[in-house]
Amino acid sequence: MMAAASAPRDVTSYGIGLAAPLALFFLAFFVAPLVQLFILSLHNDAAGAIWGIGQYVHFLTDPFSLSVLGSTLLLGAEVTALCLVLGFPIAWLYHRVGSRTQTLIILIVLLPLLTSVVVRTFAWIVILGRQGIINSTLLSIGAIDTPIRLLYTQFGVVVALAQVQMPLMTLPLITVLGRIDMNLEDASCSLGAGSWRTFWKVVLPLSLPGVIAGCTLTYAAAITAFITQSLVGGGQMLFMPMYLYQQASTLQNWPFAGAISIIFLFAVLAVVTVFGMLGRLSRGYGEA
Amino acid sequence: MSSRKRTWEAVSFEAVMIVTAMVALVIIIAPSLVVLIVSFTSGYSLKFPPPGYSARWYVELWNAWQLHFAARNSFIVAMWSTGLSIVLGVAAALAIARSPTLSTRVLDSLFMSPLVLPALAFGLSALMLFSLVGLPVSALTLVIGHTVVCVPYVVRNTVAALAQLEPALLESSAILGASRSYTFRRIVLPLIRPGIIAGAFIAFMSSFDNVPVSLFLRDAATDMLPIRMWQDLEGKLDVTIAALSGVLIIATVALMAIMERATGLSKRLTS
Repeated sequence: MMAAASAPRDVTSYGIGLAAPLALFFLAFFVAPLVQLFILSLHNDAAGAIWGIGQYVHFLTDPFSLSVLGSTLLLGAEVTALCLVLGFPIAWLYHRVGSRTQTLIILIVLLPLLTSVVVRTFAWIVILGRQGIINSTLLSIGAIDTPIRLLYTQFGVVVALAQVQMPLMTLPLITVLGRIDMNLEDASCSLGAGSWRTFWKVVLPLSLPGVIAGCTLTYAAAITAFITQSLVGGGQMLFMPMYLYQQASTLQNWPFAGAISIIFLFAVLAVVTVFGMLGRLSRGYGEA
Repeated sequence: MSSRKRTWEAVSFEAVMIVTAMVALVIIIAPSLVVLIVSFTSGYSLKFPPPGYSARWYVELWNAWQLHFAARNSFIVAMWSTGLSIVLGVAAALAIARSPTLSTRVLDSLFMSPLVLPALAFGLSALMLFSLVGLPVSALTLVIGHTVVCVPYVVRNTVAALAQLEPALLESSAILGASRSYTFRRIVLPLIRPGIIAGAFIAFMSSFDNVPVSLFLRDAATDMLPIRMWQDLEGKLDVTIAALSGVLIIATVALMAIMERATGLSKRLTS
């Protein structure tokens, strides 16, 4: 196979030079800004005249800043867990229905990805609000006497984000489940393992690369979801994106906003890297 | 004995999976349906179910010139960003799709990184750089910023389409005497076109909907639709926004149906 591929390589591949325009574009408008942001964050004063790591010291010794970072990371974990629990069965169902239903499932899953994020979030305000569907239903069946608080709570933010980010979890899962040889499940069952055991011992381990890909995307998207966090979370709950925006836009404290951005970037990168390492481990596990 | 036990187990497993999947699908689709229903309310508030139905808020929307202006800006920026993303992204995808070397892997990670990095941090950093080099925020800075965060979709979908392209087709074309550019125009491009269109579609939608980058890179004269909606929602629950949301949902579903016909969008994103 290699011998056959080496000779006609010229006709089937294109020069790396074709990537140059986009690479230059990214260097100028993506890498350079981030470098510049990092440099600015290494200034102790708001004007950017005195060098130092004061902004980082400030963030990392300030209990308030640390609690914002902590609650943001926790939020991501909760949303990812909920997406996995709800998304896996969708992916499982997808491979057990006819092709028309498959298309329907994909289009339903894709709908939140393509609908405006403000619209999606707006819908959750209508659902979770004091006069919202959940409250009016509970009131009318007599389960509660006064409207319960759902909007501006952690619960509300997690559910709304899980719905918004669901495609990012479900699509990789659908892909990976499609690659698992169905015979393995049959073999497991005929060897006496029940459905649950087959799921835990065969299907889930083999689908780990998809699970990890989905978790990475969902986690990154959930903790950076500025609009949903701010509208469903309200003023009381502060997460990293809003904290960054307030410091940059309202308070004009650019070096501190820069430090927040860099710490936030590293937090996201750390999570992506850990998931990536787990992914490599899981591929080895899947092949073993 | 054991087969009966297994059957019960299989039934319980399937019941749990199917019920959870159904609940999940309802959770996914419910918000869109709720907004559609509420937008046809005859009342002044967003109560569900509405007290009565009318199209009055859609009429109101027809006269909301501020929203029209913002929508026009968002549309123009999304068109330019998508165009730029196609030109830069397809070329880059051709370069990195079939070569497994270290440099192409590095480039691939670089081009994909806007998907996971916080867009708000990128928006802030771009604003800082533009102000440093003396480029004032304008429609141009918006298009540049949007292109950075939207081009990954074009690259990813084009790479996926190229990966499915049969190398034998290109070899046969070359053996039959076709030049590289002829092969590209007559074989490669038609075969990967659905992938490019699907990627461009997602890029367009995400640019049209972008808030975090636009927040920093727009000027006072460029009002963007999602930002206007967000600011309106922070103040009060406006039923006009519900009508606008209804229009956007219907437009999205219609575009998805067209894309499904044209490119097999659903298969494209799951293989």
